[in-house]
Amino acid sequence: MTHHIIDFKDIFFQYPDGTEALKGVSFRIIHGESVGLVGANGAGKSTLLLQMNGYMLPSSGVINIGGVELTKKTRQDIRKKVGVVFQNPDDQLFMPTVFDDVAFGPLNLGMSNERVTDRVNSALQTIGCLDLATKPPHHLSAGKKRAVSIATVLAMEPDILAMDEPSSNLDPKSRRDLIGLLKEFKHTKIIASHDLDLILEVCERCLVIKNGMIVADGRVSGILTNQLLLEENHLELPLSLQKNRIH
Amino acid sequence: MNFDKEYFNLGVLDTLSYKNTLVHRLDPRTKVITTFAFIVTVVSFPKYEIAGLIPFLLFPVVIFALGDIPVWFILKKVLVVSVFAVFIGILNPLFDTHIKYHFLTFPVSGGWVSFFSILLKFFLTMCSALLLISTTSFPGICHALRKLGVPEIFISQLLFLYRYIFVLMEETLRMVRAKDLRSFGKKGQGISIFINLVGTLFVKTIERAERIYHAMLSRGFTGTIHFVLKEGFGKKDFVFMSVTGITLFIFRAYDIVGLIGRLAERMFN
Ligand SMILES: Nc1ncnc2c1ncn2[C@@H]1O[C@H](COP(=O)(O)OP(=O)(O)OP(=O)(O)O)[C@@H](O)[C@H]1O
Ligand SMILES: [Mg+2]
Repeated sequence: MTHHIIDFKDIFFQYPDGTEALKGVSFRIIHGESVGLVGANGAGKSTLLLQMNGYMLPSSGVINIGGVELTKKTRQDIRKKVGVVFQNPDDQLFMPTVFDDVAFGPLNLGMSNERVTDRVNSALQTIGCLDLATKPPHHLSAGKKRAVSIATVLAMEPDILAMDEPSSNLDPKSRRDLIGLLKEFKHTKIIASHDLDLILEVCERCLVIKNGMIVADGRVSGILTNQLLLEENHLELPLSLQKNRIH
Repeated sequence: MNFDKEYFNLGVLDTLSYKNTLVHRLDPRTKVITTFAFIVTVVSFPKYEIAGLIPFLLFPVVIFALGDIPVWFILKKVLVVSVFAVFIGILNPLFDTHIKYHFLTFPVSGGWVSFFSILLKFFLTMCSALLLISTTSFPGICHALRKLGVPEIFISQLLFLYRYIFVLMEETLRMVRAKDLRSFGKKGQGISIFINLVGTLFVKTIERAERIYHAMLSRGFTGTIHFVLKEGFGKKDFVFMSVTGITLFIFRAYDIVGLIGRLAERMFN
């Protein structure tokens, strides 16, 4: 398969209150690429990710996902291809138990109960949370909630994975596990994060967004070592590249 | 602030319902139906009945024991709400003054008898309802109700309520805490702060609802929520239901206390 391509052409987006959150964003992500999205608070990362499955349609510009132009009509189908993990797991986990939550997507795809159960079990297995299946989400720690919210998306077996701050609230071990998991996921992925070390490990390419515009686009190794660029965007060199700063 | 404690209590009930005992493992439908039958039977006793109700105390006792439920925790809750029963019945002794019984030569008016009957009925029904909640997870109860024919839309509402009441409570808790930490023990600036709190909470809730709806859409929601339901109705449910049903019938149809009394009399003579 070579068609999991994300193509943004000159996207503008305005919130109802008039905030211009995206001002002419263009980029193209090809199949199998993993791309980091970094930028200061309020730069427009979350807004950009929310465009990907058509929750909010751009004010102008064309988004093309897997060869299909994103419109009101096509967004139902595009949602099956693009899995989005939100910034806050409490928004993502809305069902009474972990199992029901992970099963929600597959059931909406119209699968039989047995197949759904298989999918749910394997998704939970992947994130190491099989034993949590019968628990209600509010009995989980923040890290487990995060892991389960990733499972809810994995269970839909999307072609493209979009994640907003996947490592926030995770303890170092869970963060490590998450990085391993993301490395294993071979499909196209786009990850918005302030955790530059995670991006450095998981992604090959990096976009820097500032005030709703892409100001840099290139290989991770080039961008995350460019101290000037990073500091302009309220970022710092990844810790793993800061050895010389330890006294 | 009392809010912390109330939240904690809700959490305890919820945690209890996820235990793993014989009673917890019964199919939720079994428990919903038997609880309902129990309540109907108890309420069906006439106004002046006391003796006939006593044997029914056996049910909560058995469930407390089998379900490993902390007795005091539940009893305290029942006592708190008993205030309502007291209000309902307290006027009976004033209006209904004809003498009904003699208790060790004291005359007891019909009003007092019916008052105690109300209290007893209230105690039994509240106990059984709370025991149902603490032995069956809330989603379990909802699914049982769905299978018993309650419309889909109510069930979804209840399930969302259950999921988000904890999130909402925690949000409130954080805000109340933040306010307390910065008000340095001063009371009195009360109402305007309170209105602000509620307002903020309202806005936050609406925003959250929107995000949740978005999350649902992202995963292909088109109007109905589906579940994979496991069939859990087994032999133990059948046994539990029959035993409860038969006992309820016997306790309702026969005067057990009188029977024991007469038996005792015969033994001593
Ligand atoms: N619902 C909304 N209504 C109006 N403006 C909004 C809304 N959500 C975000 N914005 C604005 O849009 C801009 C981009 O916000 P966005 O949430 O995309 O930033 P972000 O890069 O994800 O920031 P963070 O790193 O804090 O998550 C900001 O100026 C923000 O104030
Ligand atoms: Mg964001």
